[in-house]
Amino acid sequence: MHIAGLSSYIVSLIIMAGIYAVLSLGLNIQWGYTGLFNIGIAGFFCIGAYTSAMITTPMPSGIYAKYVHQLFGLNLPFVFGLLGAAIAAGIIAFLIGIPTLRLRDDYLAIATLGIAETIRLIFNNEQWLANGPRGLMGLPQPLHSLVSERNYNYIYIIIVIVIMAIIYLAIEKAIRSPWGRVLRAIREDEGSASMSGKDVFNFKMQSFVFGCMVMGVGGALYAHYTRSITPTVFTPLYGTFIVWIMLMAGGSGNNKGAILGAFVIWGVWVGTKFMTDFLPPYLQSRAPYFRFLIIGIILEFILIYRPQGMIGEEKSVSKLME
Amino acid sequence: MLEVKNVEKHFGGLKAVNGCTLSVQEGTITGLIGPNGAGKTTLFNIITGHLKPDRGEITFLGQRIDGLEPHQIFARKIYRTFQITREFAQMTVLENLMIMPYRQLGEKIWNTWFRSSAVRRQEKEILEKALDVLEFVELIKLKDEYAGALSGGQKKLLEVARSLMADPKLVLLDEPGAGINKTLMKKLVTKIEMLKDEKNITFLLIEHDMNLVMNLCNPVIVMSEGRKLAEGRPEKIKKNPEVLDAYLGGQYR
Repeated sequence: MHIAGLSSYIVSLIIMAGIYAVLSLGLNIQWGYTGLFNIGIAGFFCIGAYTSAMITTPMPSGIYAKYVHQLFGLNLPFVFGLLGAAIAAGIIAFLIGIPTLRLRDDYLAIATLGIAETIRLIFNNEQWLANGPRGLMGLPQPLHSLVSERNYNYIYIIIVIVIMAIIYLAIEKAIRSPWGRVLRAIREDEGSASMSGKDVFNFKMQSFVFGCMVMGVGGALYAHYTRSITPTVFTPLYGTFIVWIMLMAGGSGNNKGAILGAFVIWGVWVGTKFMTDFLPPYLQSRAPYFRFLIIGIILEFILIYRPQGMIGEEKSVSKLME
Repeated sequence: MLEVKNVEKHFGGLKAVNGCTLSVQEGTITGLIGPNGAGKTTLFNIITGHLKPDRGEITFLGQRIDGLEPHQIFARKIYRTFQITREFAQMTVLENLMIMPYRQLGEKIWNTWFRSSAVRRQEKEILEKALDVLEFVELIKLKDEYAGALSGGQKKLLEVARSLMADPKLVLLDEPGAGINKTLMKKLVTKIEMLKDEKNITFLLIEHDMNLVMNLCNPVIVMSEGRKLAEGRPEKIKKNPEVLDAYLGGQYR
């Protein structure tokens, strides 16, 4: 492989890992710090991607209007797409949270899992909403005119890293403060937290909505990277479970761990693709399943031998005074 | 200070609390005793908002508090500890204390981003107070340990420390003496008495250790079958024949 080819390959790898790191950071707010069992990440990822797509593309006109249907098309800049994605994911999270966050944890898990699939199927089946199974194409990319098409990813990698860093810093700041201390207390013992004067439902809602907004941003970053989205991307496997593995591997309750886990697991995921190329032809068609098997085995090893992940939670997290 | 009037709570056919009426006077350490199943802990749960009473009313400093949520009860300056301590295990002792003050600035996520210097200032005050309290309960050396790593007795002290951080007017203690050794017990008793005298905190405590109750509490309220059976000075309660029948089984006669 040429050097240029290799470096562009690495760039695309880092972009995808960075997008997954954003999802993993969102999950870390919910699971790592608050103990909210959200297994519907794909749903918020999906909402973020579609919302941003429709905010940044124009409404199809002329001949296109016959073939492409979408609920709205605002033709606004990328930044509005990101904000819109966060807001839409946050609103949906709020609505799901009202009935489920008062109940025991397992109900939230069941509800989020079901709703994520429902969201995907709605996008798949409702043509008028976002063009059904054919999805949306030709999404604009920010600062595209600066470089040639071939080198655009060198711009996008910076955008992804900067947004990931902003999200990381915002979460760190909040978690190191009394706000994060309350979330961790809720994770440890809800009853005791409410006895300590904390409005548990309210804080769980804030954590859930904030985490889902971050996931929505992850969806927007993904949509503008691939430039076309279809509902098939947002399956539980690619949208939810791989993110869980990333957080578990990196270290639940540690934001650096959430990012590290995303990069390592995405590296393993992509790396195993190379390995399966060496398989004999009759096994090639089964290659994706081997890769899932490898990821699954890694997860088992982590859970048994290093349940806290590569870098676990720090002992004292409320660090404002140090 | 605290008035419980005709409170009832049923679980199916079981009348756990059955027309209970009692009151706690300000500045006392009131003992609440009674045989297992008398409804003591259920009453605690009702007072602190974990359960809603089916009937009756509860007032605290003249205001109705029955039916409020636990965090609203906390806001009225009532704190309770649990029979089995419920510390935040994976947080340090210091963090367990610093979480207590009500409505901290930094509990609003906007403030953590946009008013961080004010949050920091308040955090510093809370830290200093927490260190003082840890000094008082003699847990200062353990401040950076996980709360879950403390011994049973140290956890009881931690509960007392946590209640102090909340500046309560009334503290409900559910079996503070259960499962701790004599030395720690003495320490706990001294601390409770000091707090009553110096900080004017009123205590209502459930306890099965009669020595502790007789030494520490005045008055003592006896509950049986979901209602108040008797109330009085400990030495009187010891001799009350009804109480002996219901509770002590007669061997103290």
